[in-house]
Amino acid sequence: MHNPQLNRNGALQHLLTIDGLPREILSDILDTAAPFTEVAEREVKKLPLLRGKSVFNLFFENSTRTRTTFEIAAKRLSADVINLNIGTSSASKGESLLDTVDNLCAMQADMFVVRHAVSGAPFLIAQHLAANGRDHIHVINAGDGRHAHPTQGLLDMYTIRHYKKDFTRLIVAIVGDVLHSRVARSQIGALTTLGVPEIRVIGPKTLIPADVDRLGVRVFHDMRAGLKDVDVVMMLRLQSERMQGALLPSPQEFFKYYGLTADKLCCARPDAIVMHPGPMNRGVEIDSAVADGQHAVILPQVTFGIAVRMAVMSMLAGT
Amino acid sequence: MKIHIKNGRLIDPANGTDAQREVFIAAGRIVGVGAAPQGFAANRVIDATGLVVCPGLIDLSARLREPGYEYKATLESEMAAAVAGGVTSLVCPPDTDPVLDEPGLVEMLKHRARNLASAHVYPLGALTVGLAGERLTEMAELYEAGCIAFSQANAQVTDTRVLLRALQYAATFGFKVWLQPEDPYLARDGVAHEGEVATRLGLPGIPVCAETIALSRLLVLVRETGVALHVRRISSAAGLEGIARAKDAGLPVTCDISINHLHLCEQDIGYFNPQARLIPPLRTSADREALRRGLADGTVDALCSDHTPVDDDAKQLPFGEAEPGATGLELLLPLTLKWADETQLPLGRTLARVTSDAARVLGIQAGHLAVGATADVCIFDPRGSFKVSPAVLRSQGKNTPFLGAELPGRVRYTLIDGHIAFENGR
Repeated sequence: MHNPQLNRNGALQHLLTIDGLPREILSDILDTAAPFTEVAEREVKKLPLLRGKSVFNLFFENSTRTRTTFEIAAKRLSADVINLNIGTSSASKGESLLDTVDNLCAMQADMFVVRHAVSGAPFLIAQHLAANGRDHIHVINAGDGRHAHPTQGLLDMYTIRHYKKDFTRLIVAIVGDVLHSRVARSQIGALTTLGVPEIRVIGPKTLIPADVDRLGVRVFHDMRAGLKDVDVVMMLRLQSERMQGALLPSPQEFFKYYGLTADKLCCARPDAIVMHPGPMNRGVEIDSAVADGQHAVILPQVTFGIAVRMAVMSMLAGT
Repeated sequence: MKIHIKNGRLIDPANGTDAQREVFIAAGRIVGVGAAPQGFAANRVIDATGLVVCPGLIDLSARLREPGYEYKATLESEMAAAVAGGVTSLVCPPDTDPVLDEPGLVEMLKHRARNLASAHVYPLGALTVGLAGERLTEMAELYEAGCIAFSQANAQVTDTRVLLRALQYAATFGFKVWLQPEDPYLARDGVAHEGEVATRLGLPGIPVCAETIALSRLLVLVRETGVALHVRRISSAAGLEGIARAKDAGLPVTCDISINHLHLCEQDIGYFNPQARLIPPLRTSADREALRRGLADGTVDALCSDHTPVDDDAKQLPFGEAEPGATGLELLLPLTLKWADETQLPLGRTLARVTSDAARVLGIQAGHLAVGATADVCIFDPRGSFKVSPAVLRSQGKNTPFLGAELPGRVRYTLIDGHIAFENGR
């Protein structure tokens, strides 16, 4: 099956998911991001790589943080950025998703950054562009349903590499609501591709998706056992809706058994790092003492996120 | 019209025939097989050299989309698709708009279909008003209007007391009930089989137990009421085991599977291909293998197209929002032949699943070509093949996961009631 993210030469045409991307492309993105971290420290935080290009932030689902970091990344590359918050699902009312895309194409878009509540929406857009001969337009998935959030996965890899250097000796644990998490899926894809030998997911059975072991992870329901000797703890956000639908009884009980506290963190290696994609629910999935503690690298993740997104945008614009 | 079909290979599964035999037709019936009746003078001779002559196909599920969804398909377009696919009888589920829950609607549909002088249409009446699972329909009246059995299409009766009573009432008159087993709570919001692919793609899943739990409940009620049950679209190995056990116990149960589930599995969703969004969902390759074995050994009684034309606008959406269903009337024969090719089963045995066995499920006198039978005949070229594309499909629905596939079997003639309803030269 042709991977719709790659062009005929095997170069990155769109960034839709980490799944199926070769290790070289992931490493390439991380390498490209490294010098961009320094741009932010300059007095003039701008590079001309996307000058004259129009980047459309196409957000069908609300987001402040991700949209802002994409906007900053595009602006630091000198692109023109247009933000569209469409908010509602394409099927429910009004214009169809592909009609919206066609309209924006008519406005000479060069790049779409797409967030959508339904898994696969950015694929549909990419396939539609290809079917209409618009290969010059690139799509970046900024989160689709439960499926993927590849730039988050990549910035997490950048962070791990920054602190741990070598992926091939690590034990990494992903904790919490794996079932609904696009972040977890992209993390699992990236970690396996980059050669992490042991990836664990930790959560109650109601929040672990079926057959997840087929993705190359070990499943733990006991958090202390799952955290034993890990080098990296990746916490996931728990959304309050999960209390409906009989997935969990209460945030309090979740915190007691799956919230990251200093005490539970003692099971991990002494030099373990703690990550979180944000926004955090303190006292639900993570205790403030850990979130603000010496193991946490949560704010550096945000900073690295801008550099990684600059790297992805500049690489796509170069193909 | 007197027709002489000569030089063909006659495959008539019901009568165990697979041999070169001449077929003679007059006044809408088969009047001779092998030898012409005395004084037979054909108006038309069909040279079937190199072709297979078999009973017209009987499709246990084809949505014609009328009334109510004429923008997806019309009776005209879908009846043309049926005969182009060699289908001479078809069953249409009641999920039209309005639902087939009133005798007048059924009479209108039968009347419209009859005027087209095409495939025989056997409507399924709604088991409950509006398929809402609350009130019983006038089943006896619907039967008189032409309904062959009663169904909820893809809808469920969640209230078990209503279901029990509906089955009791149907059993009172000896009506057969056709139901699809899916627990509505377990299937809620689900769009794909709960397994590796749904996990990878982040698609809300429908677990196998949604099928087995609903099936178990139905089978208990069959035992309780004595109603004859036809289980539509079994999708899993575990579900099929339940059917096998029920049959072993002597319960009056039959079942079918669709051509999609015979050939595809969850991996065929690929990168969110909305054409693979189906009800029930495509399951694992192990499930598919179990369905194939079940179809071969007869645990699965019949193979159907589950023809569901969907307009492009409803398919050009992200996987989970795309309308489920695939067009299939014109693919039923080719995909039966593909299955025969792949399994090396005798053609007679495979064709039985879309002819005589389907007729048995329906309880109609059709699906065979003995002297005296209605002359519903399909004549096809088993060596011919074609590439599935929107242009070759006559159905208004161009939606199928088989788009682009090269499939065997080209229908050359379709005869209905002894007249040529479809003819395709080389």
